[in-house]
Amino acid sequence: MIRMLIQLVVSFFATISFAVLFNVPKKEFFYCGMTGVIGWFFYLLIFDSMHSVVFANFISSVVITVVSRLFAVNRKLPVTIFLISGIFPLVPGAGIYYTTYYIITNEITLAVSKGVETIGIALAIAFGIMLVFLIPQKLFLFGKNQKAK
Amino acid sequence: MALWYGKKMGKVEDDIVNTQEVKENEQDRRPAAACDLSDKKDKIFSLVMRAGEILLHNGAEIFRVKQTMEIIAKAYGVKSVDVYAISNGIFCTMNVDGCFFSTQIKEIPIDTVHLGRVAEVNNLSRAIVDGKYTMEEAMEELERIEQIPYASGYSRVLFAGIGSAAFCYLFGGSAYDSVVSFIAGFVMFIFIVFAEKHKFPKVLKILIGSAWVTFVSILLHTLGMGDSLNHIIIGSIICLVPGVVLTTAIRDFFNGDYLSGTIHLVDALLVATSISAGVSIMFRVWNLFT
Repeated sequence: MIRMLIQLVVSFFATISFAVLFNVPKKEFFYCGMTGVIGWFFYLLIFDSMHSVVFANFISSVVITVVSRLFAVNRKLPVTIFLISGIFPLVPGAGIYYTTYYIITNEITLAVSKGVETIGIALAIAFGIMLVFLIPQKLFLFGKNQKAK
Repeated sequence: MALWYGKKMGKVEDDIVNTQEVKENEQDRRPAAACDLSDKKDKIFSLVMRAGEILLHNGAEIFRVKQTMEIIAKAYGVKSVDVYAISNGIFCTMNVDGCFFSTQIKEIPIDTVHLGRVAEVNNLSRAIVDGKYTMEEAMEELERIEQIPYASGYSRVLFAGIGSAAFCYLFGGSAYDSVVSFIAGFVMFIFIVFAEKHKFPKVLKILIGSAWVTFVSILLHTLGMGDSLNHIIIGSIICLVPGVVLTTAIRDFFNGDYLSGTIHLVDALLVATSISAGVSIMFRVWNLFT
């Protein structure tokens, strides 16, 4: 439990530091951080219960995209701002590294399995994002209009 | 077309051109050169192109570039706009009060990302639709947006360090690893800022950057700092990983911009390959000397 809390706090700062690198406006830092936290929370949740990296990545990329679309509508800003910062913890940097590492150390079997896993993760993220963008914009605007009235 | 050549070439051409044909053409398609270029018409076109250019330059997806350009143009009463944008160029044709403008912008590098500028242009286009800006004001606003500075080198280096440390921890490193990763990421980004200042080619920048960060990590690890070398390196190379381009590629594919999606995807693959190459070269070199 405490381990998870620490992980979430760390993911908040991880996401924000990428928001800085991509020159996101300062007042959006908190929302970018929250996108990252929520995404990482679902990643840990799924990964701990189902032990499938690819599935965990898929679910959390779906969640991140939904959250960033909600933020985008509410803050009247492009989705890209929240999506890019939030999705960063999922991008398979570790996969790229391990694939390379095993190739160097001549453990080809491990390298292939890591490589396939990396491609799987990338596809899962892509599919997750696409799936959420299939939902029409109206659905996200709906709650907004209600509030405005 | 006939009229345009006629005007340009002078008397001799005038005789050759069939006047009947010219009159017909004049009705539906007067080229820009033949129109009186009042301020307004000229300004709309450069305003719209400028907005699109800023968006594309700073990491917006193709769909947004097209949409924003069309929205701004329509808001200022342009009859028809056609925008074709790919990840490194914009082509636009516009009909302003019967005059046709058409131009292209090429070579927009997909290297720099400034989401703050994307957000500002987005806000501007909303305000234009609400009628809050005249064309002159909008142009001034765009110029201001283009001048919004990047985060300073110092803060980028600092946050690259923090990001590296955070990611090292998220990917299973210990707290001690994170500290080492902070140093490695910090030192690595000093090089990246240096490389950007001196306009290194992208592949070279990533290649040297990842080799350099691997060297620093191995060195610190050999000196007895940190527990797991793998986690340290994973944390510190994360700043180089092509997350933005990959996300944009996915969104381009989804919006049916297959060409741009492919360009972005190839870009992402190239960067990923450069990272692997840099890391493996440094491992080999290190093994040679020890």
